[in-house]
Amino acid sequence: MDKLWLIIKREYLTRVKRRSFIIATLLTPLAFAVFFVVVGLIFQYESDDTRRIAIIDEGNVLERSIKDEKNLYFKFVDVELEVLREHFDEFDYDGILVIPRVKDLMSKNYTVYYYSDKQPTLDIESLIRERVREGVKDFKIAALQLDPVQLEALDTRVALEPEPIDESGQDASKLTGAIAAGIGGLMGIIMYIVVFIYGMMVMRSVMEEKTSRIVEVMISSVRPFQLMLGKIVGVGAVGLTQVAIWAILIPAVVLITSLVFGLDSSSQMQMAQASPGAADINPEDAEAMIALAIEEFNSLNWWAILPLFIFYFLGGYFLYASLFAAVGSAMGDDLGEGQSLTIPITIPVVLAFYIMIVAIQAPNSSLAVWSSIFPLFSPIVMPARLAFSPPLWEVLASVVVLAGSSIFFVWLSGRIYRVGILMYGKKVTLRELGKWMFYRD
Amino acid sequence: MGNIFEFGSIIYTKASIVNSSILSLDNIVKTYDKNVAVDGVSFEVPKGSIFGLLGPNGAGKTSLIRIITTITRADTGTVLLDGEKLNSRHPEQIGYMPEERGLYRKMKVGEHLLYLARLKGLSKEQAKLQIKHWLEKFEIEDWWDKKVEELSKGMQQKIQFIATVVHEPKLLILDEPFSGLDPVNTNLIKDEIHELHNKGVSIIFSTHRMEQVEEVCEHIVLINKGRNVLEGKVQDIKNQFKRNRFQIDYEGTLPPGLELNADIVEQSDHSITIQVDEEGRSNELLQYLLQNGVFVHAFNEILPSLNEIFIRQVKRV
Repeated sequence: MDKLWLIIKREYLTRVKRRSFIIATLLTPLAFAVFFVVVGLIFQYESDDTRRIAIIDEGNVLERSIKDEKNLYFKFVDVELEVLREHFDEFDYDGILVIPRVKDLMSKNYTVYYYSDKQPTLDIESLIRERVREGVKDFKIAALQLDPVQLEALDTRVALEPEPIDESGQDASKLTGAIAAGIGGLMGIIMYIVVFIYGMMVMRSVMEEKTSRIVEVMISSVRPFQLMLGKIVGVGAVGLTQVAIWAILIPAVVLITSLVFGLDSSSQMQMAQASPGAADINPEDAEAMIALAIEEFNSLNWWAILPLFIFYFLGGYFLYASLFAAVGSAMGDDLGEGQSLTIPITIPVVLAFYIMIVAIQAPNSSLAVWSSIFPLFSPIVMPARLAFSPPLWEVLASVVVLAGSSIFFVWLSGRIYRVGILMYGKKVTLRELGKWMFYRD
Repeated sequence: MGNIFEFGSIIYTKASIVNSSILSLDNIVKTYDKNVAVDGVSFEVPKGSIFGLLGPNGAGKTSLIRIITTITRADTGTVLLDGEKLNSRHPEQIGYMPEERGLYRKMKVGEHLLYLARLKGLSKEQAKLQIKHWLEKFEIEDWWDKKVEELSKGMQQKIQFIATVVHEPKLLILDEPFSGLDPVNTNLIKDEIHELHNKGVSIIFSTHRMEQVEEVCEHIVLINKGRNVLEGKVQDIKNQFKRNRFQIDYEGTLPPGLELNADIVEQSDHSITIQVDEEGRSNELLQYLLQNGVFVHAFNEILPSLNEIFIRQVKRV
């Protein structure tokens, strides 16, 4: 036990004290901040290109009124198109918009013409189409003598409010799904990254011990299993440290930079509005939604989710790190040669990641349920489902199976590891790895 | 009367083996998959001796050493360390320098030695004391804060040696200890081995370099293809394999008919090597030479080198 502790301490301290660790731990939040600032600046930059557009409204469809946009100005002109085109360079216009007469009131199709020496950009094009659509609509309403109020009433907004069957159940609001999906996805991604980064770290470190020939010295003092377990625990502690630091630093850095660079909520709103489908949310609705989201976030059962998340972190990490350790022990001096051995481990991780994405959209599908019990997938899939409050039996089954399998895989990998670290100069196949499990000590 | 005495002496001998062996191996078998690495090896390592574990590459030396150091376990057979069956406390009494040896490159010399010493069961204070002692001994006290990767290979080997002996083991196992060492370091390590030997540490020295064995070892066991071929004191083995060859340096003319009494192996100006068929015949031969007026400067028995014996035995098996 004392020796295991010594090994864990060394594995942890040598990594944490390394300059590369400190740099990576501190630079990642900075990278986030830079990303955040750059994205913010990009969105602020979007529309500084001022455009002036002349409109020739042949049938007075728009009735000389159209709304200007930021950096986009319209002007109705009574000049002939030919004249305008001929003297285009003398006028200070970027484009000429020709609105022809509406010939058929009942036609759904209508074409306007844009003359310019430049292609219209996508945002200008869609903006013009939207403005003209509104104008033509008003024109048709007037021409057909319809009642605008009645027409407005035809467009009904439908909201879906989830309600529990029995009264004691939790009242989920319409945002619960979205919030749970966000948190679930984030957790799943963190798990995926953790398994890969730190699992690989264990593998590399096992290989280094083997190629630097320190390993035989070590195992003349401690059992191979102690050495492997000590390494896995030590690197796992490094992972926890790094994730914990990021969990504090990244939000802090993002907050500070957004204050310093003045990326206030309105520009964030702009970012949100820039994404398709979000355009029809007005600012008041958005504010209410944010408040609701925070409330939803707080109402999640964090006392259950956080410990479970840590459990899946540890379970998944132990399971995969031990497999990576076994593979590392089988690799020789040549990294490339052994690379194919890692494929059987990386495939389930990648599969689990895709299942996780599907599970967020359909958290109670049978794929999601069984994947969150199968131990090679559950560390990534189950954390993503936790926010959707899955049934208790599923959580219990998943926890029991994962705990058992982690212990089993650590033991199994130990059996491969003890043989692998002493094998030199031989190309190892998967079949041989299997044989090693049954070697006697 | 003679019978009783003999009987008694056998009992005495047996008892003395139990008490005087630091290590005794009895019928050790070890297989990997279908490959028999060690096939019924038995030998005793006398306490306080320098013992050579010899054999060609692939003979099973490393497999045996890994069993002794508790890295692996024998399939059958028993290993006694100082009269006790091997157990998990024994690694602390053994110092092992493997043939394939290395260090953690990123660690500092001091903390590295401290780590290895503590894994051998020393307390932090004890370990520090011992390490300081050894660093001073090798006049490298200022290396404590140096990183291993900054050291040359020869320097690293000094550190590896210190790591092997820092916990004052009863039994030291050195697998090809001089491979890759420059002459200066070879002598340094040799001196340390002798010093430890004088302090009563038992040393197993595994190699296929016979000239080193002859220089250092008192006892040897020769292993080939997983079995022991030869075992005993170096001197006894040499006597056992001698071929009654003598080298004679002389002046004058050799009497005719010498070849009737002995085989001439080699002849040069004023020197001849001959082989007689029986040990006692050497005296007769010398007498014959003297009687015939040959002036003899030197008359030496030529014992076979371990290398010769080794090659002869390995080829025979």
